[in-house]
Amino acid sequence: MNEPQQKWTETIEADHSLFDLKLKEVWRYKDLVYMFVKRDFISSFKQTILGPIWFFINPILTTIVYLIVFGRIANLPTDGAPPLLFYLAGVTLWNYFSACLLGTSSTFVGNASIFGKVYFPRLVTPLSIVISNLMRFAVQFLLFILAWGYYYAKGEIHPNIWILATPLLIILMALFALGVGMIFSALTTKYKDLSMLLGFGVTLYMYATPVIYPTSSLPGYFKKLAFYNPLTGIFECFKFAWLGVGDFSPAMLMVSTGIILLLLAIGTVIFNKVEKTFMDTV
Amino acid sequence: MLALKAENISKQYRLGQVGTGTLSHDLNRFWHKVRGKEDPYLKIGEANDRATKGTSEYVWSLRDINFEIEQGDAIGIIGRNGAGKSTLLKLLSKVTKPTTGKIYTQGRIASLLEVGTGFHPEMTGRENVFLNGAILGMTRKEISRKFDEIVAFSGVERYIDTPVKRYSSGMYVRLAFAVAAHLESEILIVDEVLAVGDADFQKKCLGKMNDVAKGEGRTILFVSHNMTAVKELCNKGILLNQGTLGYEGNMLDTIIEYQKSSATASSYHYNGNINEALGNEKIKVKEFSVTPISGNLIDIDAGVHVKLVFENYLPNINLDTTFELKNYEELVIFHVGKLITKDNDSKIGEYTVEFDIPSGLLNAGNYYFKLIFGKNQTEVLFMMDNFVGFEVENVKVGSKLHIYPGITRPHFDYKIQTP
Repeated sequence: MNEPQQKWTETIEADHSLFDLKLKEVWRYKDLVYMFVKRDFISSFKQTILGPIWFFINPILTTIVYLIVFGRIANLPTDGAPPLLFYLAGVTLWNYFSACLLGTSSTFVGNASIFGKVYFPRLVTPLSIVISNLMRFAVQFLLFILAWGYYYAKGEIHPNIWILATPLLIILMALFALGVGMIFSALTTKYKDLSMLLGFGVTLYMYATPVIYPTSSLPGYFKKLAFYNPLTGIFECFKFAWLGVGDFSPAMLMVSTGIILLLLAIGTVIFNKVEKTFMDTV
Repeated sequence: MLALKAENISKQYRLGQVGTGTLSHDLNRFWHKVRGKEDPYLKIGEANDRATKGTSEYVWSLRDINFEIEQGDAIGIIGRNGAGKSTLLKLLSKVTKPTTGKIYTQGRIASLLEVGTGFHPEMTGRENVFLNGAILGMTRKEISRKFDEIVAFSGVERYIDTPVKRYSSGMYVRLAFAVAAHLESEILIVDEVLAVGDADFQKKCLGKMNDVAKGEGRTILFVSHNMTAVKELCNKGILLNQGTLGYEGNMLDTIIEYQKSSATASSYHYNGNINEALGNEKIKVKEFSVTPISGNLIDIDAGVHVKLVFENYLPNINLDTTFELKNYEELVIFHVGKLITKDNDSKIGEYTVEFDIPSGLLNAGNYYFKLIFGKNQTEVLFMMDNFVGFEVENVKVGSKLHIYPGITRPHFDYKIQTP
């Protein structure tokens, strides 16, 4: 204490602001986000023969199965859109959402060995998951565009100006997955039961979301309920924009945005709270 | 200028099955908080002594630690296993937060609690250098700039574009340490990562750490059980003892203090009440101690003086004592007995047995005694395993400070004929 005016660059203490996401620090670690994304990409395809082609195979096979099971056997309506395109749209969006959600929700438990040894802003991990899935999504979206172009040339679909809202939809979906994922990742450090719930919960949630059916086919009561599912607005808007079908209204998107932002705020608070001591409980 | 200041830091852990009953504790804690009361579980808890069974399920791994570190100092943090060293490092490196208290720091902190954190087996050495560097807080630009230096230091140039899963464990560690050694932070926190690699590489690591500490004027916090390395690298020491600050001062004094304070180490003294002394109705151990023959530090050159004082309750038998010394690998170094009485003439009362382990017999390392009392060389009267332990410090030979292999390190009477 030889100098009375000691300056400190940092203070480590028990409490800090719950809403402080330390985004400035995350920005300093942007190279780490990049490296994590690169790692995910490399590690998924090392020693596979088909490599990134698997990005295509997954949605194609899924779409074919949906086409047979839901389209032919169950005869679910598609609001008059070409069934193949209808399912492909649903599958592409849903794949992104579920991959992000499942990925971010295992942030703490899955990275405990790294987190236990080195400090970096923990938010880097869920962010890199959302971004690396975005790459996957981009490739699958390309597939969708190809199929879409084919049907558009045939004149079977009538897209509209809402197509421009697509980036917003993707961002909303990513934020939704991030928010819910952060809540789950934080809570699973203490209550591992939640990871069980999430595993099949995501599968079930798909049926509560207009992935394989249009909202218009829902009976009245369920339609009202579906209104409060943040994904309903996003999926309906996407199908309305690109295929020109479904009963989409901007109000749905407003509700989605509101709920998503609320969940994101809750997720941030819980994530921040758990971040500082999770190593003791995980 | 201070580089770091710790103010009343404490860390509480919960023992046992974390997960059962956490919800009820969480709710209780929340309820206290709502009413503006103190956390009810912060009050309970006891000092962290793993040898005695505690009554509370909460323990303080660290309690009210205060210290200041000047910029450019190299601090050795020592203490027994479970003294709180790792916890302190975790707090300093922000892996977990303190329960109470504050730590102020000046400058970037990089921590090396392990080498190769986040290494991905499928990625090449080159990619892993960038990944690991980024995890440790370097930017890509910084790593690119130092890349050649890092690879040269690691000595794995040839394999830099091979996935690290094909590396030998030695190469892996070399590359990992090389990345860490080139961090550019004002404060560097190092756990016992030096306990890896072959002797040659260890020396290189120590040398690098020495450069960092002395040449570049950065602040280093170094946790290790290797007293020789600590002594060589650090100018100041912090001794942790059951979660509290045991001693703070220059490094050598801290090491001496550590040897004195280690409870399993050095000695056992009964508390004056013979009924509570260790033993049974036949034998009561009153004292067992290990001290250096010369100087006040047990090192290879000092030699070890062993003293045993016990009370015998069996008259007219052939009494014997056996001393078995094991090293930390449970390897028996010696097992030697001494007949105290030979003609069935033992007496009731206090016996004292003393002997010297000559200097140079034991190489550096940790040793434990097993003590056996026998009757007529056939019956065990009393036996105590892992009774008293001590550590033999390494001594430098020329400029080499690493521990030489071997169980013994004898002094020979060399006869050298020069041309």
